[in-house]
Amino acid sequence: MTMLVSRTWVDVCPLDKLIPGRGVCALVGGLQVAVFRIAGEEIYAISNFDPFSRAFVLSRGIVGSRAERLKVASPIYKQSFDLDTGVCLDDATVSVRTFEVRVVDGMVQVASP
Amino acid sequence: MALEHLRHMASHEDRRTLVVAGNGMVGHKLLEILVERGATAEWDIVTFCEEGRPAYDRVGLSSFFNGTSAEELSLVAPGFFDQLGLTVHLGDAVASIDRAAGEVVSTQGRRIPYDALVLATGSFPFVPPVPGKDTPGCFVYRTLDDLEAIRAYAAGGRVGAVVGGGLLGLEAANALRSLGLETHVVEFAGRLMPVQVDEGGGSVLRRRIEDLGVSVHTGMVTTEIVAGPTGGVAAMRFKEGDDLPVDLVVFSAGIRPRDQLARDAGLAVGERGGVVVDDACLTSDPRIFAIGECALYGGRIFGLVSPGYQMARVAADRLLGGGAAFTGADMSTKLKLMGIDVASFGDAFAAGDGCEAITYRDPVANVYKRLVLGPPDRRGDRKVAGGILVGDATVYQTLLQMCRGDMPTPTHPEELIFPVRAGGGAPAVGVGALPPTAMVCSCNNVDKGTICAAVGAGCDSVSAIKKITKAGTGCGGCVPLVTDIMRDEQKKAGVVVLNTLCEHFGYSRQELFDIVRVHRITSFSEVLAAHGSGEGCEICKPAVASMLASLANGHILDGEQAALQDTNDHFLANLQRDGTYSVVPRVPGGEITPDQLIALGQVAKEFGLYTKITGGQRIDLFGARVDQLPSIWRKLIDAGMESGHAYGKALRTVKSCVGQTWCRYGVQDSTTLAIDLELRYRGLRAPHKIKGAVSGCTRECAEAQGKDFGVIATEKGWNVYVGGNGGMRPKHAELLAADLDRDTVFRYIDRFLMFYVRTADRLERTSVWLDKLDGGIEYLRRVVIDDALGICAELEADMARHVDTYECEWKAVVDDPARMERFRTFVNSDEPDPNVVFVTERGQPRPAYLHEKQDPALLAIGAKP
Ligand SMILES: Cc1cc2nc3c(=O)[nH]c(=O)nc-3n(C[C@H](O)[C@H](O)[C@H](O)COP(=O)(O)OP(=O)(O)OC[C@H]3O[C@@H](n4cnc5c(N)ncnc54)[C@H](O)[C@@H]3O)c2cc1C
Ligand code: HEM
Ligand code: SF4
Ligand code: SF4
Repeated sequence: MTMLVSRTWVDVCPLDKLIPGRGVCALVGGLQVAVFRIAGEEIYAISNFDPFSRAFVLSRGIVGSRAERLKVASPIYKQSFDLDTGVCLDDATVSVRTFEVRVVDGMVQVASP
Repeated sequence: MALEHLRHMASHEDRRTLVVAGNGMVGHKLLEILVERGATAEWDIVTFCEEGRPAYDRVGLSSFFNGTSAEELSLVAPGFFDQLGLTVHLGDAVASIDRAAGEVVSTQGRRIPYDALVLATGSFPFVPPVPGKDTPGCFVYRTLDDLEAIRAYAAGGRVGAVVGGGLLGLEAANALRSLGLETHVVEFAGRLMPVQVDEGGGSVLRRRIEDLGVSVHTGMVTTEIVAGPTGGVAAMRFKEGDDLPVDLVVFSAGIRPRDQLARDAGLAVGERGGVVVDDACLTSDPRIFAIGECALYGGRIFGLVSPGYQMARVAADRLLGGGAAFTGADMSTKLKLMGIDVASFGDAFAAGDGCEAITYRDPVANVYKRLVLGPPDRRGDRKVAGGILVGDATVYQTLLQMCRGDMPTPTHPEELIFPVRAGGGAPAVGVGALPPTAMVCSCNNVDKGTICAAVGAGCDSVSAIKKITKAGTGCGGCVPLVTDIMRDEQKKAGVVVLNTLCEHFGYSRQELFDIVRVHRITSFSEVLAAHGSGEGCEICKPAVASMLASLANGHILDGEQAALQDTNDHFLANLQRDGTYSVVPRVPGGEITPDQLIALGQVAKEFGLYTKITGGQRIDLFGARVDQLPSIWRKLIDAGMESGHAYGKALRTVKSCVGQTWCRYGVQDSTTLAIDLELRYRGLRAPHKIKGAVSGCTRECAEAQGKDFGVIATEKGWNVYVGGNGGMRPKHAELLAADLDRDTVFRYIDRFLMFYVRTADRLERTSVWLDKLDGGIEYLRRVVIDDALGICAELEADMARHVDTYECEWKAVVDDPARMERFRTFVNSDEPDPNVVFVTERGQPRPAYLHEKQDPALLAIGAKP
């Protein structure tokens, strides 16, 4: 993974606003980012864009696991995306972008590229 | 002494002869054990079977009325009696025993010398000596022949009565009910099942049974059976009160051991009957054994199969020179009577010294539980000593294991009988806690270790385990426990159980539904932790959410449930291809006022929504962004509208025609019925969407035969159709019942829908489900009309709870700021979604196609650099 020299962290929302197992969408530097809380401070961020339907909806999918991988299923045609890598688990030629995420003083933040 | 005697005989001859009188459940079990243990190498075994057919499952006798055939009830494996060393004389009984000569003589004149004789003659039903007891139309309930005779006679009758409100009496009553008779139970004692349950349990049982439409008369002494002009039964007369007109009477006033043979031969018999036996199951003659219901051990008759099987095991062992002993048996039982769970175990009446009972009674759910605790030990701890469960016996196995000392009694045993509350940590006792020595199947003496070993050896289904271990082949009461043990073992071994919901659960939807229902599970994490693995997924999460919703009816956005829902359920709206949502308010029966139409129009104009009439006679508003949904609904609700549940796997619409009210052909008021049906079932969560329709006459303008449930008016009432649908694979609905009155329409549809909700697979519509039901519409009729499974009362109660707790999901949201919070496009910004772009077509908005969008750059966002 490339470490960017300069990057800004954008506030998403307080951690306690996130329902475990559910996602929200945040605007980060004009980009739509889907942010998911699994449990505790385990948080993932990927693009909100679903390449199959071309709609911005991944944040509204159902979070779960396949084998050992955490994933979200698109609410439109149900393809699953790996939360860690952004790779589509049903078609490895397709992937969505991932974002760095952290929690500072109870605030969830996503790195703006 | 007996042993020496037998050995002594053996030294005289090479082969010896064993005569078995009676080929009932216990007599046959003896033969099976002997064959399995190789006894035919030295014994010639001759069996006399008084009945015309060899051994069959008497415990399952009543299932004969639900379509189980006599062949299916047979306990005799094909070819069993063809084995060398085995002879059976069907339809021939042992008539007398000549002990001095060591010989039996049969009714048909056969004389068979014996070296050993086993009496397994069972018992006969006791018929009280009331005048008229032999009138045509009087029956007993013991053999297949009895049942055949009852069925034939019942065809001409309307009212049936059972004398005796014990276990068998109630079973007989259920049978009469399933034959379509108005049914009465007359019990001499002051309560039902006086032997098994106490006063409190008896009254709960009574109320439940009366709910099923059976009339119960306790404390009544029958004095005469009165014949009518044709000579058949016409009425029952009592010491107290009026005559009861009946067409058929079944006596079930207890059983008496068949000990006549033994009496005539001068063997010791008990004061009130029964052939006296010792630990070896030997009678007062060391060459003659008695086992099963004809035997009297320790002054007791054991009227259940499981102790009978134990006696068979002892007698077989003795015949083969072993030293096994019968030391009495546990009379604990769990039964399903008319669909009602009843269990009694250990010292149920707290008769023991220092025993005390704790009772729990829920008059609303009609549940009664009584837990008897033994005297405190030195440390003040008390062991489970017995108990009674009526209406809910899910804890039976656990309590029984504690009662037998196979499992420790927890510190607060009373928690075991109180209902599990959401979040309240009731002691969860899984099968993993059972030691290998714990008895699982008491009918066949199979412990947990044996079942685990069978699973280890590759048994991967309950039927395979049944075949190998025989567990679950007696009364069947342990099958759920066997299933749990198997699953638990498979899970431990990491076996992937196939034909299951998804990778996270080793169960089908129906199995999982039962688990959730029976264990009263209220959250996904609870069911995942106890019965699943991993994190869940888009298949199991909504499936469980739907089960929780059909069972508990809480708001679907609350607590943990929020994370389970499909996006449609999560935002209570239907997701469209561009990420916007559609809004569909309920229009019950398709009837809408001008004011509501105007309100819909105003909302659509204000929010720039596209409007279209749906196939379900309502109006769909398209193009709403997530953040607009609450304001849209606020206005719709203020205009008197409510959620249409178009987003859920739930009841959609009940279409109707205008019927009698306007139409010149109409014969009934179809619109009112459709509205009432839709309001009754609105919000009902199901494995798939459900649609209904009502037509006002046979012209069928509402297309009711293309719906999951459809009602068509007739001159005499209503015809109900089920299992139809339009869509991708259209299917005509099938006629469930004709010419019903309004109440019956509701009752049948209540039962049908709840039965479907309980048993269908995920995403299985009623048509597919009905196709897969073994026996199809006929079977469905037996379940929802004749109540053959005895679950109709439960199904109706489930539906009543649904109706009582319904609330408009949208109203609950707009009334609650906390629930409103999620309806945002971006958590950190109030901007609208810049990617949602509309163009105008025919005067209305529609989503822009890709080439029409202003800023295609936005679409690149998802691609990795
Ligand atoms: C409707 C019903 C439901 C029941 N439900 C349960 C239950 O849920 N759980 C439970 O544990 N138990 C139940 N029982 C009781 C159970 O069926 C008996 O305990 C069991 O059948 C006893 O077996 P047996 O072999 O001793 O007697 P039986 O099964 O009665 O067999 C005796 C056989 O011997 C024959 N016979 C008699 N005399 C002679 C003779 N001289 N020569 C040749 N043959 C003769 C009889 O015709 C009969 O076929 C139920 C019984 C009935 C009727
Ligand atoms: C995302 C996909 C779908 C959406 C959003 C959707 C939505 C709807 C809606 C809102 C209605 C109107 C019902 C009402 O008035 O409440 C409807 C009706 C209907 N839908 Fe769908 N539907 C979808 C998929 C399907 C599919 C796959 C089928 C076929 C298998 C189907 C078959 C029907 C039929 C036959 C009707 C008409 C019902 C009637 O006449 O009563 N729908 N749909
Ligand atoms: S179904 Fe019958 S009553 Fe209803 S509109 Fe058609 S013709 Fe009229
Ligand atoms: S028929 Fe096909 S395109 Fe039309 S609404 Fe149904 S699913 Fe969508």
